[in-house]
Amino acid sequence: MRRPVRIYLDYNATSPPLPEVVETMTRVLAADFGNASSVHAFGQRAKATVDEARRDVAALIDADPGEVVFTGGGTEADNMALRGAAEALEPLGRRHAITTAIEHEAVLNTLKSISRQGWTVTSLPVGETGIVAPDALRAALTPETSLVSVMHANNEVGTIQPVAELATIAREHGAIFHTDAVQSLGKIPVSVRRLGVDLLALSAHKFGGPKGIGALWIRRGVRLSPVMTGGRQERNRRAGTENVPAIAGLGVAARIAREKLAHASDALVELRDRLEHGIVANVPGANVNGDVARRVPNTTNISFDGIEAESLLIALDLEGVAVSTGSACSSGSLEPSHVLKAMGLAHARTRNSLRFSLGPATTRAEVDFVVEVLPSLVAKLRRLTRPAAAVR
Amino acid sequence: MRVVVAMSGGVDSSVAAGLLAAAGHDVIGLSMQLYDQRSSPEAFGSCCSLDDLHDARRVAHSIGIPHYLVNFEERFRETVVQNFVSEYAAGRTPIPCVHCNADLKFAELAGRAEAFGAECVATGHYARVAFDEDARRYKLLRAVDRNKDQSYFLFGLSQQQLAHAMFPVGHLTKPEVRAEAQRLGLAVADKPDSHEICFVADGDAAGFVERALPDGAREGEMVDTSGRVIGRHQGVHRFTIGQRRGLGLSSTIPLYVVKLDAEQSRVVVGPKEALGRDEMTAGNVNWIAGTPPASAIRATARIRHRHEDAPATITPLPGARAQVRFDDAQLAITPGQAAVFYAGEEVLGGGWIE
Repeated sequence: MRRPVRIYLDYNATSPPLPEVVETMTRVLAADFGNASSVHAFGQRAKATVDEARRDVAALIDADPGEVVFTGGGTEADNMALRGAAEALEPLGRRHAITTAIEHEAVLNTLKSISRQGWTVTSLPVGETGIVAPDALRAALTPETSLVSVMHANNEVGTIQPVAELATIAREHGAIFHTDAVQSLGKIPVSVRRLGVDLLALSAHKFGGPKGIGALWIRRGVRLSPVMTGGRQERNRRAGTENVPAIAGLGVAARIAREKLAHASDALVELRDRLEHGIVANVPGANVNGDVARRVPNTTNISFDGIEAESLLIALDLEGVAVSTGSACSSGSLEPSHVLKAMGLAHARTRNSLRFSLGPATTRAEVDFVVEVLPSLVAKLRRLTRPAAAVR
Repeated sequence: MRVVVAMSGGVDSSVAAGLLAAAGHDVIGLSMQLYDQRSSPEAFGSCCSLDDLHDARRVAHSIGIPHYLVNFEERFRETVVQNFVSEYAAGRTPIPCVHCNADLKFAELAGRAEAFGAECVATGHYARVAFDEDARRYKLLRAVDRNKDQSYFLFGLSQQQLAHAMFPVGHLTKPEVRAEAQRLGLAVADKPDSHEICFVADGDAAGFVERALPDGAREGEMVDTSGRVIGRHQGVHRFTIGQRRGLGLSSTIPLYVVKLDAEQSRVVVGPKEALGRDEMTAGNVNWIAGTPPASAIRATARIRHRHEDAPATITPLPGARAQVRFDDAQLAITPGQAAVFYAGEEVLGGGWIE
């Protein structure tokens, strides 16, 4: 069987761990096996590793290390933030939360779960730009509103939400503001001070760290009920023995992200734009989705008229090019994107769009290869298949 | 050669994929997701459930081929499920598998396969395809294993589709297929066969139809062959021709459903003799050769999957129809089922019983 060269353009799904991360984790896994809660020397060493990582993560987001709580990933951080805040806010009796229609499932489904406990959840519209308007938030606020959750950067189209402005509005109203920054960390500068949020979720594997580890930043003074109960780890915020190797990996990834962010981002923008312009210029009926100015440097989401994204994704994979579409369901088969749907795009377009997300290892040659193979693949699919939207 | 294999997660299509890969082909496994698996994963029947899709993925991994799921939910609903429901509501007894084969596997999947650079689509069907050098066309043949033969479900294929079809297990018996699965080390070697209609849980077709078509279940009268009302029923979709059980009638002789009249919402029952007919017509007839025979032919005709085909004279009619005159009366000729015509090993074509 022909073994194609593999080109990875799915960094928003996950990124390869950086060599420094692998090296550190391997060392820590073998050598620093102690339980960070233990009193003895083994425990102290593990604790020191965890604390060092906490400082690195805090530095990446311009925060105080004491406000960073490690979690088992971005989804858990979102759960901790939203469930924890909702429970802590119960005594207030203000049970209205506001979010957006383009959030990640980690937020959408957690809020759905909270709504079954008597909360009302309002979903803000986004319009074709894929960006929430501050006025929409103002209009949605009610005296009952106590919790607002808006993602920083969208995972599918990459659009950056005006979080600082939204957080100001929410906090003036006396509501807690959470942001899911899983897709912005490592791609654009993130400062919790400048954003003015109360809670911020991040995930290591989106910027060169390992899977299964993330963090929630909790502004000092913000009350959260613990979601994971048990031991007293993480200052009673998150029970469970610390995953020291993963935490160390996150720390290293955070340090490198902070060091490289400024110059890496320009190079990414150039490559991403080269890819995007190349595709739009060479494939008739290809259109970029979402606001092209206000988005993270590595992401482009493009729709291809008259085909199904699923088939194009497979065809590209057979050429060795890894990209993705919106969401996958439990079996792994693809579904229409809820993000593109929320942006008001036509049904067909919610099923004919691909996300290309680049990373630090992406090369110009890889981008050029994609631009070269894509036009004929799209033409073939248009000739030989018909999209489901055309079946009806 | 690059080949796309439709993988259900069952032993037959797994072995099909394994044999093609072992023969050195560049094999791509595709599994069709046909209905929403999330709502109630346990509620579905035996084929293509979530577990089966995982099995397909596992097999693909173990034989070292790429594997993808294609989401055919909308297509399946529109080409297979809706037809299934409306056929039952119209008093017929459908076989959705034929539509699924012709309209999804060998139409939609074949288009994709070609776009992916594949020359053929392979499935785990028990049937064979051969090229007739003299006639310069493809022939569809019964499987070597007569007990497993699935050629009945494939009568709707065109020459174009047969030209790109492969049935790698069609020349094997089921025990041989299981042995191949063992030899290839496939995890599904001992998996039981599926029998039910995949999207209908527990074989409850009536319940499925009622959920899909809430006002389609009209109750009505049960009458004997002379028109005398002898009972009531809860909807014609609950019955099939030849059915004996569950009629709720007491009678000195066994009674069978002999006719379903959806318009009048009427179920006609009668003794076994009333089930026999020696003549029928079929609609939407597909002739494998591409064109109907010029005049009446002698052949055998099979009127349901588990029926021994019976000698008949088949006369092509205009409008892709055919008249079938059996030498001997056949029991329970059921509208909605397929009538498939054979000449020895060869499938000549088939159509839908009217």
